[in-house]
Order: sequence, then structure tokens, then C-alpha cells
Amino acid sequence: MNFGYYPGCSLSGTGREFDKSLKEVLKVLDVKLDEVKDWSCCGASSAHVTSHFLSVALPARNLILAKEQNLENVVAPCAACYNRLLGAQEEMNSNPILKEKVESAIEKKYTNHLNILNLVDLFNNIGLDKVKEKVKHPLKNINAACYYGCLLVRPSSLTKFDDAEQPEEMEKIITTLGGKAVEWNYKVECCGAAHSIAHTEIVKNLSKKILDDAIKNNADVIVVACPMCHSNLDMRQKNIVKENKDFKEIPVLYLTELMGLAFGIDEKKLGLDLHFIDAMKLSKKLEEAAV
Amino acid sequence: MKIGVFICYCGENIGRTVDCAAVAKAAAKFPGVVHSEDYKYMCSDPGQNLIKQAIREKGLDAVVVGSCSPHMHEKTFRKACQSAGVNPYLVEIANLREHCSWIHDDIPSGTRKSIDLIRIAVEKVRRNAPLVPIQVPVTKRALVIGGGISGIQAALDIANSGFEVVLVEKEPSIGGHMSQLSETFPTLDCSQCILTPRMVEVYQHPKIKLMSYSEVQSLEGFIGNFKVTIRKKARYVKDEVCTGCGLCVQKCPIKKLAYSEFEEGLATRPAVYVPFPQAVPNIPVIDKNVCTYFKSGKCQMCKKVCGREAIDFEQQDQLIQEEVGAIIVATGYKLYSIGKQEEGSPYKGYGEYGYGQYKDVINGLQFERIASASGPTSGEILRPSDNKEPKKIVFIQCVGSRDESKGFSYCSKICCMYTAKHAMLYKHKVHDGEAYVFYMDIRAGGKMYEEFVRRAIEEDGVKYIRGRVSRIFKDGDKYKVKGEDTISGMPVEIDADMVVLATAMIAQQEAPKLAQTLGIPYDKHGFLVEVHPKLRPVETSTGGIFLAGACHSPRDIPESVSMASAAAAKALVLFGSDMLEREPIIAKVNDSTCAGCFYCQKVCAYSAIERKEIRDRKGNLIKTVAYVNSGLCQGCGTCNATCPSKSVELIGFTDEQIFAEIKAFSMN
Amino acid sequence: MAEEKFEPKITAFVCNWCTYTGADLAGTSRLKQQPNARLIRVPCTGRIDPVFILKAFESGADGVLISGCHPNDCHYNTGNFHARRRWIFFKDLLDFVGIDESRLHFSWVSASEGKKWVDVINGVINKVREQGPFINYKKTNPLEVTKVDFEKGEVA
Repeated sequence: MNFGYYPGCSLSGTGREFDKSLKEVLKVLDVKLDEVKDWSCCGASSAHVTSHFLSVALPARNLILAKEQNLENVVAPCAACYNRLLGAQEEMNSNPILKEKVESAIEKKYTNHLNILNLVDLFNNIGLDKVKEKVKHPLKNINAACYYGCLLVRPSSLTKFDDAEQPEEMEKIITTLGGKAVEWNYKVECCGAAHSIAHTEIVKNLSKKILDDAIKNNADVIVVACPMCHSNLDMRQKNIVKENKDFKEIPVLYLTELMGLAFGIDEKKLGLDLHFIDAMKLSKKLEEAAV
Repeated sequence: MKIGVFICYCGENIGRTVDCAAVAKAAAKFPGVVHSEDYKYMCSDPGQNLIKQAIREKGLDAVVVGSCSPHMHEKTFRKACQSAGVNPYLVEIANLREHCSWIHDDIPSGTRKSIDLIRIAVEKVRRNAPLVPIQVPVTKRALVIGGGISGIQAALDIANSGFEVVLVEKEPSIGGHMSQLSETFPTLDCSQCILTPRMVEVYQHPKIKLMSYSEVQSLEGFIGNFKVTIRKKARYVKDEVCTGCGLCVQKCPIKKLAYSEFEEGLATRPAVYVPFPQAVPNIPVIDKNVCTYFKSGKCQMCKKVCGREAIDFEQQDQLIQEEVGAIIVATGYKLYSIGKQEEGSPYKGYGEYGYGQYKDVINGLQFERIASASGPTSGEILRPSDNKEPKKIVFIQCVGSRDESKGFSYCSKICCMYTAKHAMLYKHKVHDGEAYVFYMDIRAGGKMYEEFVRRAIEEDGVKYIRGRVSRIFKDGDKYKVKGEDTISGMPVEIDADMVVLATAMIAQQEAPKLAQTLGIPYDKHGFLVEVHPKLRPVETSTGGIFLAGACHSPRDIPESVSMASAAAAKALVLFGSDMLEREPIIAKVNDSTCAGCFYCQKVCAYSAIERKEIRDRKGNLIKTVAYVNSGLCQGCGTCNATCPSKSVELIGFTDEQIFAEIKAFSMN
Repeated sequence: MAEEKFEPKITAFVCNWCTYTGADLAGTSRLKQQPNARLIRVPCTGRIDPVFILKAFESGADGVLISGCHPNDCHYNTGNFHARRRWIFFKDLLDFVGIDESRLHFSWVSASEGKKWVDVINGVINKVREQGPFINYKKTNPLEVTKVDFEKGEVA
């Protein structure tokens, strides 16, 4: 099985472990990725607040490149990239004036519709039964809080993915891996996202609420599918501890990392050593359960 | 045929751009025209007398008047001619004013066109046939569908005027949603106290035939002459012998299996049950789905204890035919459900409010039951999950209304008032409690309505926050309500013990199906549609069928009651005469050429085309042809245009007449 | 009189409830129109038989307009839908008969659209004036048909 692949900036930078773990997992599942050649940044969180034109032109360029490569579908594991690619596609299809402007800026013709997949879509396309076959160490004893954040599910008219208010597709994957998905409230609440640099206080407060609710509902791990969410939830915890002595840290893992553990892949290959909050102890917990 | 042509100057209105005398002169030469004259004001008394006089003197049998639009004075001239002995349908109007003199500048072209218009009218009238208005007898008996407050009011109004009423209610008891309410705005009088006497009056009224637990199955006929088939569903209790003692209900061992519909799922009821103590009729129904006997063939406890031998497990649905002259539809509403979108349903539900999974997040009617003295908590405000008194309560308005993303653009109209009432009732019962209302706008148009809302805010201290609630989180045994106060621009978070959603009124699920059965229109939301929103608000496009209450649109009790009385008045107007007179412009089938393809039947919007068998003297079937039911035909002529063999003709607008009009234009 | 400017004849079939009343409104509002059209009032566009249109052209009309209530606004609920469907098929047939289908016009004009009626009727008149009189049936596209030599009475 082949899928087009748009890694985006995060996966080649701060979210390296996302990229690593994705590739490891797909190796096991016998799925190949064709990376979009010469891809560029999609503009993500900054472009669309500054220039509407750029917010469409940047991702549109990547859509055109993918099409030139004859890709029919493109996986964008980063939720922000996924959202921007979808948004640009929608604009290019519905706004002929903008389309013309973008085409003349890129000096390429935009042609047709592309199937853009997020991380969860990818596994649903591969098939959960196929994922289940590869599970070596079921995630027994693991209570996972699946966190979708904003961009994976919203705006629902654009993503048409899952239920925007009470999504459950990620939970299904966790159950497939033998784990338990906890019921909790903050699945789709914002972590503060792009305020990460300019307004750290906001991000800290929002992230804390998410973390608190996951812990309150007995989660051992928060599972994410977005590098921005991951960095906010993972990185902010040390600061939160400084101000709240009682705060108990909780590891934040990419869905692919947790899947890798279930597949029995070495934790370093998955990049579990690259986290701020110790994620290695989670794999230890798994091993204990296996024994 | 002797035709008279009369050209009106309309003062200067026609005369300014049309040489009326020249037109009259030209018209005099048209075939069949024996008299032609012009006059200043044809519609005036002397003008009309001129026409009458000419009819008498020249023995005219058809008249063409060149004047203003037929929509203006066709009736006037028809009446004048009729009084002089000319059949009113042998009168044609040529529109020389709106369609000629007022829109053209110069006399030559105005005159030329006027002559054309007169010629067209003359050619048509030459082929007109004398017609007589159709007389249809009226069955002076009404059917009221729905036994809520609207249906009750309409039924009582008609019955009190001395006419019989058949009242059909699909539930085991009449009373509708109003019987579930605690107290009513803006006076806070007890709903059941004012409703129950009405229900009893219906039951005891000698002119009202009450059919509860029944539904309308099919409808035939037309205004004044409807035949309705009603399905009387099997109660498994013989209503003619049951005394309503209630022993079966007490002794039924199945107490917890079914949720009470009347209590909105907040309590359970036995398998054999009366929906509520004041039910009318007070005759129980056996719920087949939970009754042990129907499931396993055992038990029969109810049968054993019934002294009247009223229990009959073998009872079947009965089809009953009724003949009525008018129908009032008062099927009411249902409440929006925040639950997850069902397959095939256009409604999305509210995931942000938990899709109905949180026990203490309830809807408006559930709160009514909790606040009601006859409700599951005997009127104490206790929350469903643990029966504790909520100290902080949040009301959220516009749930399922004014929300395009959920498929509802309209305002549910009553929620502002009922929320104010709920908050007030809560404060009256929980003195140390805090009540918050999230609202978009407060729409309190109505007598004493605004004052009522102000009272809730100012006297009872209900805190109104202008903004939407984005989410409800379950937080231990609290509900974290997150919203925005748009006036201060700040986010708001309230740890509530209970949340009441002002869920919108939406159309009954079966409303479109009933509308199709009755042949009346409904809108995209399933509400039934009136024929004119301002001037004919309770009539439907099908003659003799009227609307009352919330089946038409969200409305409160006073509005429903006035609409019901209006609908009753419309039915009574119908009953005021023995015969109905209708325009004779209807379709007619030529039996000898009709081949029986029934294309006409397919295109008829009024189901006016029926089948008629043609038999020889011995009774052998020769063929089946189309037949136009003159009571239903509205005279659009679509069948005429569709008929391949031109066997069906619209009287008054026959092919021959229209061809003549077409040709008349080319004769100049 | 050969030099006289061509003035087209337009036969307009209009429904009683919307377009006829709309034209009335145009009149009451004194909205000037060219005097080339003659209106034939029918109860509903559903009543208009395609033969009427042929008859109109045959009787010397240079253009035909059909106008009724807007979709969903039909006084008789569905008459205009039937009419609309009919025209979809009829346009091709008209072409086949040899009448330039661009001489046939359709519009929806409601009782409140006096101004629209003026625009529609003037538009039709102007268009047909440009097209010139309807004198000849146009040549239809000869299809691959079996030619019959009528004089010999045999199929070639």
C-alpha cells in the first residue's frame, strides 16, 4: 500500500519523533510513503492570520507538487498541515479569482482534487484489522486520554472528520491496540497552540486544564496527533510543576509512538527518549504488564 | 351569437393614449359584433346601465368590455350582465388600461393594440359557453386531528355552535403537552387546573365524538365532503366496559420496564397504564412491548383483577370511517432532542452539551415535570441523577433553534418565556439557589411578557448572561458550564448542579406524512403551511382543511387557542350554508375519446382525477376512463395540456378558445 | 411600404396569478413598455400546451414568451413544474420542426415583479426585432434517414 506524504516543518524539526515513529510503524504495517518532492512550509498557524493570500498560496503549491507527482492521496500527519491543505484546496476549488492569483504567483497550474488524509484517516485506510494483526504487546493497563485538539476536527464542514464535539475515531485505535480509552472532557479543547511563543501564560493555563482533566480521569498517557499540541502539552508541564507542587506529570505520546510500543518496536527508534516528560517509564509499565 | 362591445375611457386613463371611439368603431366590424359603443366610465352606474340597456334592446348574448384589468372589474361587469340576462361566463374583459394605455405613449400604437385586444376578446367570447357555478352539498360535521389545547379549543367551539365534531388523538389521553406543564407564563396559573375542566368538557359534550389512541389513516373527498378513515389502535382494554377503576394498573407486576412518556422519561410506568391521573378518557392501555403476557403468554394479572372483564388481549386495530365537511389539523409539536444525529435525520444534536448523556442536563419539558406538583418529585426541584436539590442551576436558551449549524434557522418563540418561568419557579422553591440564564436575545413580545421577564430578573434575582454556552463538562458531580458573556466580553465558567436546555419546538416527526395523507403543504422543517401568511393564516391550500396551533409554527398557549378558535370559525363559515358555490372553470373529460392512459391523474396536484368505468347495457366493462371530481378540481388545466388525445378540456379555457385568441392577433 | 421598419409581434402566454398580475402592476406603476406584445391569459403555465406555441408561430408571431409563477410559488402548487419539464423536451422538438428555438422565451415573473416584467418583455421584443421577422422555417439538420422517393412510391 502506498500513500503520498507531506511531512511539514514540525515533523522535520520539533516533532522529529512523530516522523520517526510514523515511519517505524508503517514499516511494520508494510505501507510505503512517497514524500512530496521539494515540499515547502504550508504556512500553518502564522500565514492565515497575516495574509489570506499566503495562507492559500503556500499549501496550494504543495498540492500542485503532489499532483505533478501523480499522487492521489497525501497524508499530512501534522493536524495544522492537514487543516491548511484542506482549507487551501477548498479555496482553490471555490474561488476562481484567488485561484488565478495563486497560479500566477506559483507559476504552476492547479488542477484537481486530492485526497488529503490525517493521521487517523491513514490508519482507517490501512484497516484497523491489519493494525490489530501486528500488535505484539497489547496496551494492557494503559489508560489513554485521546486528545484531538482543534485542527483535526474543526471546522467540521471542512474536515468532515469524525464528530467535532465528541470524536471517537482515535479511541477506536487505542482499543484496537489493546488499551483503554478513558472518558474525559477536554478532547477538543484548545491547548493554546500558536500562542506558544508570544503568550506563554495563556498556553500554560489552557494546557494545564487539559492535563488536569486527563489526570483526574485516571489517564496514564495523553495521546495526540498534532506536533503543536504535543509540544504544548509536553513542554509546559515542567513550568506547571514549578507553580503547582501537587501536579503529577503525565507523558504525552504521539498515536504512532503508542502504536509502535504495541507493535514491540524499540522505544528509542520511536523517539521516546526525545520527550520532556519521561515517556520511557510508560514502556516499562507495558513490559511489567507483559510479564 | 350577438356580441356587444363596450369601450371605457376610464376618464383620461384609457382615453389619453387610446382613441376609444376609433376602437369602438373598429370593433363594430368584428364578426358577431352587433353593438359597439364607448363611454367615459363603464364601471359607473350609468355605464353599467348602458350595458344593461344594450343587452335588452339588442338582445345581446355575449359582452366584451374594454376597460381595466379583469382582476379589477370582471366581477362588476359579470354581475351587471347577469342582471340583464346574459350568462356571466359570456362576459370577457379586454385589459385596455394596465396592459395598454398606462404603458404606452402614443395614440396610434395604443389604439392599434387596443383593437387587437378587443379582437382577441371577441374571438374568445364567441367560443365561450354559458356556465353555471357548481353547487356542492356540505356535510356539517368537523374532524379535529390532535387533542392538545388547540384541538380541544377548536372542537369545543364547533360543538358549542351545535355541530358534531370527531376528535382524533393518537395518544391514550387528550391534553397534549399542556397537560405536562407545571405553571404557565405570564400569570403562573397551574396548567392542569385550567386545562382539566376543558378536557372533561370535551369528554362529556354530546356533540363531540372522542377517539383517543387513534390516528387518521386516509382521506378521500373534498371540501364539504370528506371521507376519513381512522385507525383505532388496539388498547387491549374494552373502552365500552372499562370504568377506569385503575385496579389493573395497581396490580400490574411490570412496574419498572417502561419509562413514562408523560413524565418525559423521569419515572417508570406499569405495562398497563393511564398516562396521568387526570387522563381523558380514563381508560388504560396495555403496552404490548413490555407486557409479560404478550411476551411469554403468562401473567394475565390485569385480566384476573378486572371485575368488568374489560381486558381483551385479542383486540385488533379497527378502521372506522367518518364523513365530515371540514378538517382542523392541530397535531402540535415535539421537542428538539440534543441526542446524537440519527440515521436519516437532518438534525445534528449537541455534542457540546453531551448528546443527552449527562443525567442532570435536561430539557424544558423535563423541568416542567420536575416543577409540577403532580410530577415525579411532587414539585420539589431535585436533580435526576441523585435526587439532590441543585443549588446552582443554569438555563441555556436557543438550543436547537436559531442555529443554522444544527439545521434550524427559526426562532422557537416560546423559549424565552418558558425559561424565565423556569428560573422563576426555581427561585420560588430553592430560596438559596442561584439561577443563571444564557440567552442570545430576550424575545418577550406579548401581553405582560416583558414585565414577566423583568420580574424574573429584578424581583427573583435570576442572573441573565448574554452569550452562548460553548460546552458543558462533567466534573465530578458538577457540570462545568463554559460560556461567554458578550456584554463584558469575558469567558464565564459556572459549576452547575443542573442544566436546563431551552430545547426548541420542532415539527412532529409524522407531520409530513399526515400532510401528504391530507394533501396539504409542509415546509422544510415539517411545519404545515397556510395558504396566505397574512390574510389567510389558518387556511391551507386545500379547501376545507384548516390549521391550529403549533403544527403550523412554534407558538404558545394563548396563540394556539386563538388560532384554534379562528380555525373553528372558518369551519363554521363553511357550515353556514347548505351548498357551496364554486367557479365552474374546471376540467371535463370526453368519455368517447378518452383512452384511459391516466397521464392526467399523474399531473393533477389535487387528486381530482378519478377512474370511471364505462359499461354496456349488460354491464360488461367497455373501458375505464378518467373522471374529474368537480369538488376537487381547481381549474389549473395542467391535465388539459398533458392529455395526448385532448380528451380532457378546461372549461372556459378550451383549446378552441385559446387557438382563436392566438389567431386573432394575426388578423390585423 | 417596403421601407417600413420591422416591428415584431410577440404572443405572450401568461398565468393569471403571477405574471398577468405582475404585468398589471407594471401598468399601475406606469412602467412604459414597447407595444409589440399581446398577452393571452391562462389560469396556469401548466395549461399551456406546446401546440399553442406552434400555433402562435404559425399564426404570424415572430416570438413567443411564456411566463408564470416562480418555482414553488405556483398558485396550483405544481403546474409550473409540469410546464418547466415540458419545455425542456419541447425546445428540441421546436428545433426539429424548424423553428429557431431562440425565438421562444421563458421567464418567471411574480405578481410583485412589475419592473421585471418590463425588462423581460422589452428584452424579448428587442431580441426578436434583431432577429427579424419569422418568415421561413429554418433548415433542420438532415439526419441519416432513409430517403423515400415519393414520386416513384418506392423506398430507395
